[in-house]
Amino acid sequence: MVPYLMVLPAILLELLVHIIPMLVGIWMSFVELTQFYISNWASAPWAGLGNYKIALDVHSPIGSDLLHSFAITIVYTVIVVGVSWTLGMSAALVLQNSFRGRGVLRTMFLVPYSLPIYAGVITWSFMFQRDNGLVNHILVNDLHLMGSPSFWLIGNKAFASMAVVAIWRSWPFAFLMLTAGMQSIPGDMYDAAAVDGAGIWRQARHITMAMLRPVNVVLVLMLFLWTFNDFNTPFVLFGPTAPKSADIISIHIYSNSFVNWNFGLGSAMSVLLLLFLLVVTGIWLLATRRGSRRA
Amino acid sequence: MHEGVSFRIFRWVVVTFLAVFTLVPFYVMVTSSLKPLGDVQGDFHWWPTHATVRPFVDIWSTVPLAHYFANSLIVCVLSTIFSVIVAIFAAYAVSRYRFRGRNVFTGTVLSTQMFPGILFLLPLFLIFVNIDKGLGFTALYQTRLGLIITYLTFSLPFSIWMLASYLEGIPRDLDESARVDGANAMGALFRVVLPAARPGVIAVAVYAFMTSWGEILFASQMTNDSTKTLSIGLQNYATAINVYWNQVMAASLVVSVPVVVGFLLLQRYLVTGLTSGAVK
Repeated sequence: MVPYLMVLPAILLELLVHIIPMLVGIWMSFVELTQFYISNWASAPWAGLGNYKIALDVHSPIGSDLLHSFAITIVYTVIVVGVSWTLGMSAALVLQNSFRGRGVLRTMFLVPYSLPIYAGVITWSFMFQRDNGLVNHILVNDLHLMGSPSFWLIGNKAFASMAVVAIWRSWPFAFLMLTAGMQSIPGDMYDAAAVDGAGIWRQARHITMAMLRPVNVVLVLMLFLWTFNDFNTPFVLFGPTAPKSADIISIHIYSNSFVNWNFGLGSAMSVLLLLFLLVVTGIWLLATRRGSRRA
Repeated sequence: MHEGVSFRIFRWVVVTFLAVFTLVPFYVMVTSSLKPLGDVQGDFHWWPTHATVRPFVDIWSTVPLAHYFANSLIVCVLSTIFSVIVAIFAAYAVSRYRFRGRNVFTGTVLSTQMFPGILFLLPLFLIFVNIDKGLGFTALYQTRLGLIITYLTFSLPFSIWMLASYLEGIPRDLDESARVDGANAMGALFRVVLPAARPGVIAVAVYAFMTSWGEILFASQMTNDSTKTLSIGLQNYATAINVYWNQVMAASLVVSVPVVVGFLLLQRYLVTGLTSGAVK
């Protein structure tokens, strides 16, 4: 009885904010939930698979936009997760052994992570301004790499700007997790390897990387899910509607739902997104589990 | 451990690059917040023509920043307190009892963490609107209460998980000796286990507060002019016809101070909490 009473508040809250809304969301994807029915949901007409057909019809504008958004989200995720992990790993490796100034560097590297998302991203959006921003000033006036200032927040360059901001934001988390993971590797392992004549690079490869495997499995999955679902970076940089080159999936569904107030279609897209994430997560967990059993 | 020359060079390169990448936005934020308006309207200046604290005075009148600040404080403090309390009970049950449905519970709670926020936003919007309609008054939709309930659940999965792993590391003998001395489950939890788990509890509280202080997606639809939080309120400067970038930077600095200071003070606890929680 005692344990059930203790988890009861958590269960009620999870039901209210996560489980029931998810079920409602699945129901919503099967009804025609346009603005007339939002405050009167009981009378929304059943749509069957109608919303899914619209979302998946790649020959219609809605379907092809969704496909485009999905494709750039994949590119965005691969770049941001790859670079963030590499930066986090490099930093954690070079700060593993104690030296003067290590504590200060550690703290400094974690600050972007502690900053409220909007404060950091708004600063980047100022830096990316065409006429008064720092990025164009450096490229055009200081380094003379470009003849004339360019637009970083509209058009095709918006994608690169968004990726840089997202990397700035998420690599400290990789650094934090990997640093924490390295602290639990016993020092004797390195001593033994050093006695056997292994240099620091071989130790990094064969001890650190091998021991960090469980951390990496979780870390890469978390980075993947956060980046794939990223809404904050595009929303603060571009507002409720992102430029086409940076129209990643969360902001795409958001602007589609709230500009046209078609919640049925938006829910169908969200459910498709969820299914995709479930499949990828399942494959990842299976693949990494099999790998660790072999090892 | 012996570090070769190549490793030292690698370290120098990595540290320099990351320090510049990390610090440039902070440099821009701090210097621009001290610039007169003319400096942020034309070509970028590395240094203010003359330093002024005017932006820090003006931010409070350009938009109702104090009001947004108060909203954020109310919502985040309350949701953090409740989230930590709920997480403590759930984590204690998960780590100390083997009960039916335990794995289903932890599995379900953790898996909600990975779902996209947009999946919950549309249904919650609909549910809140219709609950209010049923009640006949605005209780949840675009209110602080609705936001508190939503935010406290957001940080719950990770908090329960982290805290449960932390409690696993605290020897059961502690609880048992308290029980022998006549304490019940609650007494053992509050008098013996919690004091020992303080770093874990603090880490969870910092995490919960930071999560809600930075939340944007739900705040963008679930608040109105009187309940708006900082995350959305700050966008008001940017959508103004003439963007006062010096004020935007000053405001960003001001709203960051509470979390960054809190984070720096509690950094040690956060890393220990993560070490024993996430990394097992």
